[in-house]
Amino acid sequence: MKEIMQGNSAIVRGAWEAGVKVAAAYPGTPSSEILKDVADNYPEVYAEWAPNEMVALQVASGAAIAGARSMAAMKHVGMNVAADALMTLAYTGIKGGLMVVIADDPFVHSSQNEQDSRNWARFAKIPLLEPGDAQECYDFAKISFDISEKFDTPVILRTETRVAHSDSLVEPGKRVESKIPLGLDPKEAPKYVMVPAHVRVRRKIIEERMRKLEEYADTFKYNVMEINDPSVGVITSGVSYMYTKDVFPEWSYLKLGMVWPLPKKMIAEFFKKVKKVIIVEELDPFIETEIKAMGYKIWHGKDLIPNMYELTPEIVEKCLKGKKYKEPKIKVKPEDLPRRPPNLCAGCSHRPLFYALKKLGAFVFGDIGCYTLAVAPPLQALHTCICMGAGGGMAHGAMKALGKEGLGKVVAVLGDSTFLHSGIAPLMNAVYNKGNSTTIVLDNRITGMTGHQEHAGTGFTVRQEPTNMVDYMEIGKALGVKSIRYLDPYNIKECMEIIKEEMSKNVPSLLLCKDSPCMLLRRAKPLEKFKNPLYMINTDKCRGCKVCLEINCPAISWRESAGQTKDGHKRKGTVYINPDQCVGCEVCVQVCKFEAIVPGKK
Amino acid sequence: MKDNGKVTNIFLSGVGGQGAILASNILGEVFIKAGYDVKKAEVHGMAQRGGDVTTHFRFGKKVYSPLIKYGDVDYLLSFELLEAIRYINWVKPEGKIVINKSEIFPPAVNLGQMEYPKGVEKTFKKYFKENVWMVDGQGIAKKLGNAQAANVVLVGAFSNFFPEVKDAQWIEAIKALLAPKLHDLNVKAFHEGKKAL
Ligand code: SF4
Ligand code: SF4
Repeated sequence: MKEIMQGNSAIVRGAWEAGVKVAAAYPGTPSSEILKDVADNYPEVYAEWAPNEMVALQVASGAAIAGARSMAAMKHVGMNVAADALMTLAYTGIKGGLMVVIADDPFVHSSQNEQDSRNWARFAKIPLLEPGDAQECYDFAKISFDISEKFDTPVILRTETRVAHSDSLVEPGKRVESKIPLGLDPKEAPKYVMVPAHVRVRRKIIEERMRKLEEYADTFKYNVMEINDPSVGVITSGVSYMYTKDVFPEWSYLKLGMVWPLPKKMIAEFFKKVKKVIIVEELDPFIETEIKAMGYKIWHGKDLIPNMYELTPEIVEKCLKGKKYKEPKIKVKPEDLPRRPPNLCAGCSHRPLFYALKKLGAFVFGDIGCYTLAVAPPLQALHTCICMGAGGGMAHGAMKALGKEGLGKVVAVLGDSTFLHSGIAPLMNAVYNKGNSTTIVLDNRITGMTGHQEHAGTGFTVRQEPTNMVDYMEIGKALGVKSIRYLDPYNIKECMEIIKEEMSKNVPSLLLCKDSPCMLLRRAKPLEKFKNPLYMINTDKCRGCKVCLEINCPAISWRESAGQTKDGHKRKGTVYINPDQCVGCEVCVQVCKFEAIVPGKK
Repeated sequence: MKDNGKVTNIFLSGVGGQGAILASNILGEVFIKAGYDVKKAEVHGMAQRGGDVTTHFRFGKKVYSPLIKYGDVDYLLSFELLEAIRYINWVKPEGKIVINKSEIFPPAVNLGQMEYPKGVEKTFKKYFKENVWMVDGQGIAKKLGNAQAANVVLVGAFSNFFPEVKDAQWIEAIKALLAPKLHDLNVKAFHEGKKAL
């Protein structure tokens, strides 16, 4: 019977039915649900959160070389981290099938850049499948293992937000165990040891494999030609097909399930069958460049379809219809409405810490996590965000450039999960190279931003089994950091003093936020340390100075109404604390100069 | 149900934590059981941090795009006033609109920098006349004992547009998606919601 599934779950279902044995991942929107789904629903499969995508791919490929069907999942920028392994796995090949899921984020709903991961396929010389809905996620995941084993290569399954995070119907089946026997064979070293002499042998095999894959692409059952009205033919793939088909159902289509390598014979045939060809693809002109290089003339492609942001049905319609497109009537201009950006939760430990950094006037080299939200007004206390682990390395570089001038002014912040992902090497580097940067680990005991995934510092595995818990203090010591201190982010004054001191020291420092779990992490009982369950405004005292609004707590709002305090100070309004939202973290209390914020009762 | 070749577009909007996702899951169960192809796309990456949440929900004989085309919404089901007016341009001229009477201030309003939009109901009625319904989801749910059930009140109200689907089918879907201890409350919420329109 058909079931409704999210694209990510459908991938897992397909992989499970294909007999997958090992799955590893590092969370990243929109791919994060994949590993959780494996862990929650498929006990036959070993699942783990790796500290980063590179390790995830190493784990999956090790399992594959031991004969197991395995998978690694990541978001597009995660592939950048894992690329070192991927590029050479193309040479060695696998034994048990290896599927690498890469989830793109066109329009950058939640990422630091926009990338078209299809380019990895051409770059690494690896086949790439691109599903357009959950059924295809399921089908393509399943078949990717057959392709992987048949051609002895990793296979990329590329999704994007609207595929990964859309739900649609899937017809699931049964699990079939892989026929490849488990085991390692030392005699296979020439295949797996990529020293130059072996590389040169394997290099040729890659080219032969690509040729065979090209032939296979022409017979691949998910490359489909639909000939309707032959006057216009669209070459497209994935969700771009879904949008285009929705708007122009009457046209003919060549829908590519395998985007790399391309089915050359099929393309030639399609050009014969239709009069004019349009290529519709999201992001880069990947298919278009190839088809043009094959010598074909296309009617339209990236001349009309944008090469950035995501496509939608109306963008496809608007671009292809041109002047004939009728814009819906604008009744209210959305620009005139207040936006609703995400915000740090009420009580979040990042809020007071960034408030302290702001008060110190520090230049904050940031990183990727909930705390990146501190860039938004009114906090505006984060000044870079490049990639995972970048803050530490960049702060060190900046300090080297600034010399003594930089002392007391520069700090790097990153989360616990980010620190383990790629923050340790930069810290080690700062010590080794006699730097003097300050690094703060905003340890909230979980991977917060992506929705609470465990990591090596939380003490639990993905299946919630208790396990070893990294001690950040010990890591710091082992790296040779001389100045390591704990920090209570909820104490703004103390934070300011300690951070100031450490930023001014001429040695690298490591500050570890202590007892500051994510507000949504129930098992850590984040609310227990707060003395009072909530705070209220004493309207006798509130002067309406708006200072507490600067911390941007979602529980606090401004109420305009002219009046005065009990002791006669004129004011334009007061603030209000929403008792349903306030958790009693006392951050606003520390900021208010007039003692107008007082304990309340729930 | 109605025209079989046509795809029906339902747009749900609200603020993280209001239960819009559960509502769209209930719709999913119901229309799949009724034999339709269903696609839905959610944007909820940062919903837990108070951001806005939208779901594109489509059903019909065969659905391709997971996203509704701008201007093609048949039904707008909104859990919050600002998140309703934000999508007014998406609704077809003959579209139908159900709005939960809830105001949740975004940061710019909290900070006193922008005003919360006034006259949302009036604006909708100006363009969509009698096709606009306001429902006091929280109020009704609170009377039943738990404001959390406001989302199911809204689903109940919304169910009026699909007389072909029996109440029992909606209730079956609600039960399938909620823990048993929540069944009583939410079944009541559904019925009260149904009467609210
Ligand atoms: S989810 Fe946790 S870390 Fe993120 S803003 Fe909320 S409390 Fe802070
Ligand atoms: S105590 Fe103040 S800062 Fe903390 S949650 Fe309550 S209102 Fe917000």
